[in-house]
Amino acid sequence: MSAVIESHEQDHHHGPPKGITRWLFTTNHKDIGTLYLWLSFAMFLIGGAMALVIRAELFAPGMQIVEPEFYNQMLTLHGLIMVFGAVMPAFVGLANWQVPMQVGAPDMALPRMNNLSFWILPFAFIVLLSSLFMEGGAPNFGWTFYAPLSTTYAPPSVTFFIFSIHIMGASSIMGSINVIVTIMNMRAPGMTLMKMPLFVWSWLITAYLLIAVMPVLAGAVTMMLMDIHFGTSFFNAAGGGDPVLFQHIFWFFGHPEVYIMILPAFGITSHIIETFSRKQLFGYTSMVWAMTSIAILSFVVWAHHMFTVGMPLAAELFFMWATMLIAVPTGVKVFNWITTMFKGSISYETPMLFAIAFVVLFTIGGFSGLMLAITPADFQYHDTYFVVAHFHYVLVPGSIFAIMAGVYFWIPKWTGNMYDERLGRLHFWLSFISVNITFFPQHWVGLAGMPRRYPDYALQFADWNMVSTVGAFMFGASQILFLFIVLKTLMGGKKATAEVWESSRGLEWTLESPPPYHTFTTPPKVN
Amino acid sequence: MLNRISRSNKFSLIFTPFLFLTQPTLAAWYDINMTKGVTTVSNEVFDLHMLIFWVCVVIGIVVFGVMFYSMFAHSKKRNPNSATFHENTKLEIVWTIVPFLILVLMAIPASNTLMNIYKDVEGDINIQVVGYQWKWQYKYLEDDIDFFSNLKTDWDEIYNKTPKGEFYLQEVDEPVVIPVGKKVRFLITANDVIHSWWMPDFAIKQDAIPGFINTAWTVVDKPGTYRGKCTELCGKNHAFMPVVVRVVSDEDYKEWVSNKKAEAYRMAELTEKNWTVEELETRGEGVYQKNCIACHQTNGQGIPGIFPPLAGSDMVLNNKAKNIEILMEGVQGTAMQSFANQLSEVDMAAVITYTRLAWGNADDGNGEIVVPKDIVEYKKPKA
Repeated sequence: MSAVIESHEQDHHHGPPKGITRWLFTTNHKDIGTLYLWLSFAMFLIGGAMALVIRAELFAPGMQIVEPEFYNQMLTLHGLIMVFGAVMPAFVGLANWQVPMQVGAPDMALPRMNNLSFWILPFAFIVLLSSLFMEGGAPNFGWTFYAPLSTTYAPPSVTFFIFSIHIMGASSIMGSINVIVTIMNMRAPGMTLMKMPLFVWSWLITAYLLIAVMPVLAGAVTMMLMDIHFGTSFFNAAGGGDPVLFQHIFWFFGHPEVYIMILPAFGITSHIIETFSRKQLFGYTSMVWAMTSIAILSFVVWAHHMFTVGMPLAAELFFMWATMLIAVPTGVKVFNWITTMFKGSISYETPMLFAIAFVVLFTIGGFSGLMLAITPADFQYHDTYFVVAHFHYVLVPGSIFAIMAGVYFWIPKWTGNMYDERLGRLHFWLSFISVNITFFPQHWVGLAGMPRRYPDYALQFADWNMVSTVGAFMFGASQILFLFIVLKTLMGGKKATAEVWESSRGLEWTLESPPPYHTFTTPPKVN
Repeated sequence: MLNRISRSNKFSLIFTPFLFLTQPTLAAWYDINMTKGVTTVSNEVFDLHMLIFWVCVVIGIVVFGVMFYSMFAHSKKRNPNSATFHENTKLEIVWTIVPFLILVLMAIPASNTLMNIYKDVEGDINIQVVGYQWKWQYKYLEDDIDFFSNLKTDWDEIYNKTPKGEFYLQEVDEPVVIPVGKKVRFLITANDVIHSWWMPDFAIKQDAIPGFINTAWTVVDKPGTYRGKCTELCGKNHAFMPVVVRVVSDEDYKEWVSNKKAEAYRMAELTEKNWTVEELETRGEGVYQKNCIACHQTNGQGIPGIFPPLAGSDMVLNNKAKNIEILMEGVQGTAMQSFANQLSEVDMAAVITYTRLAWGNADDGNGEIVVPKDIVEYKKPKA
């Protein structure tokens, strides 16, 4: 690794500029990564506050705190903000920081576009959130915005919603082009595709999924725009259109989208488990193949979200079988992680705690996913809290735990300071316990018959909703601790070494902590 | 540092919050699991659900068992030196093929049940179910019976002003009635946005989609009252349009059918009656409570930006013809639907009269009232 040391000698060229312009005009992948992560955290808090409005209303039967119209606006914005504002930008932020450092590149391939793809995002969310103050209120048709509720019957703010989705889509497409070009062209000499770190692999696959499906989403919202303002009838039955077409288009985007939100989590988890097990990851090749198969399968399972729209038997059977197949590569990944831990020498620092919780709770989300794939049973589960429990298990202790694991894992590298281990573990245990109190009972109320997107419910669901609300407020409060821990680490702390962890593997750990503003200006050599 | 907390404490830390969840008073079985329902299909679906559930539990125990063993036995303290293996093709093949076989075994009964559900959709009785914002319409195609089914729970219960009843949010003014042992086919569609008709006890959930007719069938052998819900977000009162089905004996069903027909005849007679303003206003208030307050609100103010006000509206005050037309035809592209098929001539006249007189409208407008004959007149083919 002598080449690495050489690259350090060149970083006296220039450091970052000072003041606000550093952040506005930056083309540095580390700065842009930081911007993405802060935006994501801000959105996480806003979307979380909306979730707490929802949970507060559901604390007891009857309407107490908000009106049903506002409740619908909250559940719509909560979903949109969390998907497009919290989870996706967090992964892009991690990619910005880590991909160049993991492949030995000096920066992202297209740094100016990188700046653009970040800086249009805050405007997208300002446009989306401003709809709360418009006449008729914010979008109120769910994050899945099924027509015609989102077209003919939508509040006027739907046009702003469409505009913001277009901006988010453009940002995602630019971001993923950047990731692909960087990975394909800027790997250090000797780093073949099958030697790439798994986080890089997971992002390469994710980026291709994004490029494939974001235009589909853009198409769907454009068709809505035409229906609303230009007299077309794509989704309007009265004009000869087809409301079910909307759902097919939406879920053709939507299903790959849910894997976009989980694949990078697989990459992060793989790194953390091998590091803290002090043992090389088991089955690297099968991990790559599993992720690739999951990505390919994600394009042929979309209609499992639509088992109740009245599809023909052949379609119902096909989508059931295809969906069940996904359990095979997903199972392979879980088995590989566990076999990596097997006969390892495991220590339980905060990133590892989050990663283990990820494996267990994501698997529980996978089990409920398998149950949902069984079409006849889905006739009972569909659109109940069972579904809400399922996707929150894969998204909260799934994606979000993996993101937090990644932050704890890499923040010593980014800042040069160790985070406070004791507080980190406290944060983990509070989050772990409260996330289960929040979402596990939702399986039960769902099975017992409580539909999702209900501001009020029958009396038999009262007890578990109360429990769930208590859990949600605990979870929300725990995340303030996370903010505190991150800020504390930024201010100072025990100095981190270059390797940070005892058994760290990969190019990023050859750089000092914090890394210089420009790294790998001379590419390292990988054997 | 966490190692100051002993291991047993660590476990109690995790599980104590869950202990109260196991109390029998809270965790009655029917409160936390799917209903078995009352039809052959719903029982099959329940069995499938329990089968896949136990398959997942067993896999979970094995997988997490190995994991927890490893977390314990291969911790840094107990196993300071890690092994170095990182590949085993045989193992990889086994854990690809075994899950695949389990899935095939799962797919067989699931596909069978699905094919049973799709088999033979002809019905002895055909009922068209139409979703509206926010109520259900039921049309008995053989018997020419047609009625709307609205939430019966009082808004005062919903807004916590009065105590909630046993069937809070699960009761309607007029349930669907079907006979036991007959094959009933539901033809499900919608008038405005997408709704979804869910009756858990029959394991039927079908989306009601404008422009489409979806079918579902059932044979219920056990008389009783069954309660379901709308399960597709359909706007603000999505939670307030339940489904109630009453299953009765064959004789009771016949009697119900003839009563419904007689009721329709009495309605037609009322149209001929000479109504006083007070009679119309009183009747109209009832119709308004049932059909209009969801959007236009009790005070007639509507909701700014979404639902226009009726109080002080120029159209309501001064344009009787337009007033009738809007109720009869609806307003294209808005939530205002046509009430021509929902309200009788009497109710239509009564509710228009009510809105023209209520909330001080009587003093501000021309105070003209609408009588049932006006509606009959409107319905006549125009020359």
